[in-house]
Amino acid sequence: MGLLRYTAIRALMIIPTVLILYTLVFIVLRVLPGNPVLAALGTKNIPEEQLQALMRELGLDKPLYVQYFDYLVNFIKGDMGKSMIIRGRPIASDIVDKLPATLELSIWSIIFSLIIGVGLGYLGARARSDRVKAIIRLTGSIVFVIFIPALGLSLQLLFSKYLGLLPTGGRLSTTGYFKPITGIYTLDALLRLDIPVFIDALKHIVLPALTLGLVISGPYMRLTLNNMEEIMESKMIEAYRARGVRDSKILRHAFRHVLVPVTTYTGLQFSLLMGGAVLTETTFNWPGIGTYLVDKVMYRDYTAIQAVIIIFAIIVGLTSLIVDILYALIDPRVRY
Amino acid sequence: MMRAQSIFTILKNKYISTGLIIVLVFVFMAILADIISLYSPVDPAGPPLQPPSRDYFMGTDNLGRDVFSRIVYGSRIMLMIVAIAVAMSGAIGTMLGLISGYLGGLLDRVLSFIMDSIYAFPSLILAISLSVALGASPINAAIAIAVVYVPTYFRMVRGQVLSIKNETYIEMAKALGLPSIRIVLKHILPHVTRTLMVVFSMNSADAILTEAALSFMGLTVQPPTPDWGFDLYKGRGFILLGYWWIMLFPGLSIPLLAVGFALISEGVSTLITARKR
Amino acid sequence: MEVLTVNDLWVKYYTISGIVSAVSGVSFKLRKSEMLAIVGESGSGKSTLGLALLNMVPKPGRIERGEVILDGVNILKSSPREIMKIRGSRISMVFQDPFTTLDPLRKIVDQFEEFLIEHGVDKTRARSIIKEYLEAVGLPERVMYSYPHQLSGGQKQRVSIAMAIALNPQVVVADEPTTALDVIVQKQIMDLVDSIKEKYKSSIVLITHDLALALERADTVMVMYGGNIMEYAGKTELYGNMKHPYTRGLFEALPRILQKTLPKSLPGNPPDLRYPPPGCVFHPRCEFAMEKCKSEKPPLIEVSKDHIVACHLYG
Repeated sequence: MGLLRYTAIRALMIIPTVLILYTLVFIVLRVLPGNPVLAALGTKNIPEEQLQALMRELGLDKPLYVQYFDYLVNFIKGDMGKSMIIRGRPIASDIVDKLPATLELSIWSIIFSLIIGVGLGYLGARARSDRVKAIIRLTGSIVFVIFIPALGLSLQLLFSKYLGLLPTGGRLSTTGYFKPITGIYTLDALLRLDIPVFIDALKHIVLPALTLGLVISGPYMRLTLNNMEEIMESKMIEAYRARGVRDSKILRHAFRHVLVPVTTYTGLQFSLLMGGAVLTETTFNWPGIGTYLVDKVMYRDYTAIQAVIIIFAIIVGLTSLIVDILYALIDPRVRY
Repeated sequence: MMRAQSIFTILKNKYISTGLIIVLVFVFMAILADIISLYSPVDPAGPPLQPPSRDYFMGTDNLGRDVFSRIVYGSRIMLMIVAIAVAMSGAIGTMLGLISGYLGGLLDRVLSFIMDSIYAFPSLILAISLSVALGASPINAAIAIAVVYVPTYFRMVRGQVLSIKNETYIEMAKALGLPSIRIVLKHILPHVTRTLMVVFSMNSADAILTEAALSFMGLTVQPPTPDWGFDLYKGRGFILLGYWWIMLFPGLSIPLLAVGFALISEGVSTLITARKR
Repeated sequence: MEVLTVNDLWVKYYTISGIVSAVSGVSFKLRKSEMLAIVGESGSGKSTLGLALLNMVPKPGRIERGEVILDGVNILKSSPREIMKIRGSRISMVFQDPFTTLDPLRKIVDQFEEFLIEHGVDKTRARSIIKEYLEAVGLPERVMYSYPHQLSGGQKQRVSIAMAIALNPQVVVADEPTTALDVIVQKQIMDLVDSIKEKYKSSIVLITHDLALALERADTVMVMYGGNIMEYAGKTELYGNMKHPYTRGLFEALPRILQKTLPKSLPGNPPDLRYPPPGCVFHPRCEFAMEKCKSEKPPLIEVSKDHIVACHLYG
């Protein structure tokens, strides 16, 4: 019961956060001087009549505060507005199309970064030599400054161009017969028990997810190494030893303590991950919401940009909610 | 207060001195670009797509421009945008943090909530949207980056102010009837500066990556202006054909400069914790 | 008959700033259902000695030489596997701070059960042992299903004691078991330790900085200073016939209810054991120090039956 209440309250807390970001973006995109339609069309040579008609169609002729609330009400109803560029195309359907790709990339990236980061951090903590520890700590602080496109391009060059092992972009080689369920292809392939498609999807996701995963793995290395070392020197571990509990079990218990900060950090990490996803998607032509955003940016499609920002705000809010719940499940001391 | 001796201890810190060297090399490169570079950064210097050689020791790009010259001139744009952005967000964030933390009350709560919301949001995505709204140009990119990082300073400064505020000597200053502004400037700000230095250099590293990312999306400069991120974006089609040098050098310069700042930040923070002990 | 014999035990810490001689040539014997109190200030080496009894001196510490013979076996020579079996079942430990020694992420029953299963107890038997011993330390059965943070400090320490005695070990080492607790709980825990000694005939090594507690509860008292034994005697013998200047100093430093004046505190600080003073380690703080004390380490002298003192005053 306590957890449910806590979850409900935390879920409600997402709303003001999203509102603030929506307001900020609204101010920047609409209130600042400049006609968005002109900017979107990229030209000023358009008959005044046609411009007015277009403004009316997009609801831009109304007073700003009406636009502000109209969009909000429509958004709650699931209508994210229509593209300014491709006339009449509802943005909501675009987002439903693109979101699963970004989710798939994010999930695999987190998996990779946990394996790399927590793995190396754990090895570092177990290592006897101080030099190994220092190297892992240094790696941990350096990987995050890697520029994603540069790393992505290098991996593409190595694995696709020279070794010919992996594709350079896209999500699947053959899209013909495969019917997605959730839109997360690796999951869908498993659900349909389609192993060739699963392998194909996996081949496509490896490089993007590895790129993004590696860049965000640094903090995990340091977090794991430092916490693991600290815990192994704690009185709690001494007490376990004094009771004759064998080392392999002690390590497992110690590791559980490392998971607490790692989980919390994953929540903080998520906004970094989302930013990185935009760059990764661009580098690998990954048809997710990041490429969608960049695409719309190029054409100055304000309605779409506004919708994407709100979607990202909701995702960030939801993730921190999930992380808080996970945290409460791992650590019994957390009171909600 | 920085005596000669303390400057020596600061330089003796391995992280800080390495970081400083890296940053200074790029700064000098930017200042002395006209002298260092052998060719014009915007005009063809030779045949296109030449691999690194004695004449073009980072090779030439698809338009025959000297990659090294573009790296050298590119550091100007990069450092300029980052310096403007970090100075702006540092000044605004610190000021708002001081006011909000010192005054407290409703203003503090509202401001904190707004800042926390922005802070939690993916900074790159916000920066992209802001640059688009403002229009692609170096100065607008700097403004966009500045806005995105204001909360970083705000949160840190506000937290510090709250922890210092209730200490006795501040209470005493208040009791003596010193005006609020003087208390803030004379007593609180100096305490915040040390932590500010850590955040400042860490934030510069972040800003570099954000600038590179904005450039990679074509949101900072127009061709043919040399810019590391933009060059990477323009050259990526050729890179995958095997002309690796177009990517390698800008691809290395960005993280290297960022590492320089990150090392300074790391060093300063170890110095601070060491002093606390 | 002795359950535990310690012979000429030396422990050193190899730290970056120097080699610390934490325990220097300590020997003693512990009989069945005897309570030995090891008394000393912090830095006297008493806690290191306690850990050495379980052969678990932490890095960078090392047991240099000596024997710890438990039931006829020198556990310093046992293989890692054997020593794991011995710890917790034949010699166990209760630590100072019950707030940090239990795993906060796991229920009491899980920690307790894991420990029993590690020592070859099967699951059903483990459950009944847990219930039996929680009851023996005066805790309700439902404590089993609690997390440590749901218990009070005293309750946590009772849980630790329950685990320490559950496999009926010959020796229980209790390192400052009451220091982290408040006064009333301290008495309850010491009463519990007493009753356990009576009920299970365990031998107890009580490590404490509190001479009064040692004189009140223990059978035998060993006073340590700077890693060396200063004085070693039965409780009544020691109380009536305190010999060593250090022991007397500790005794005079105790607060007394009927005394009008403040207790005399011992002047000076414990020695830096990276550079122990030559001769008697205590001489820089000793009001009776002679020339001889500065150069010659005093041997352990038996002044009366089972009363040993390391001091030149009695040589």
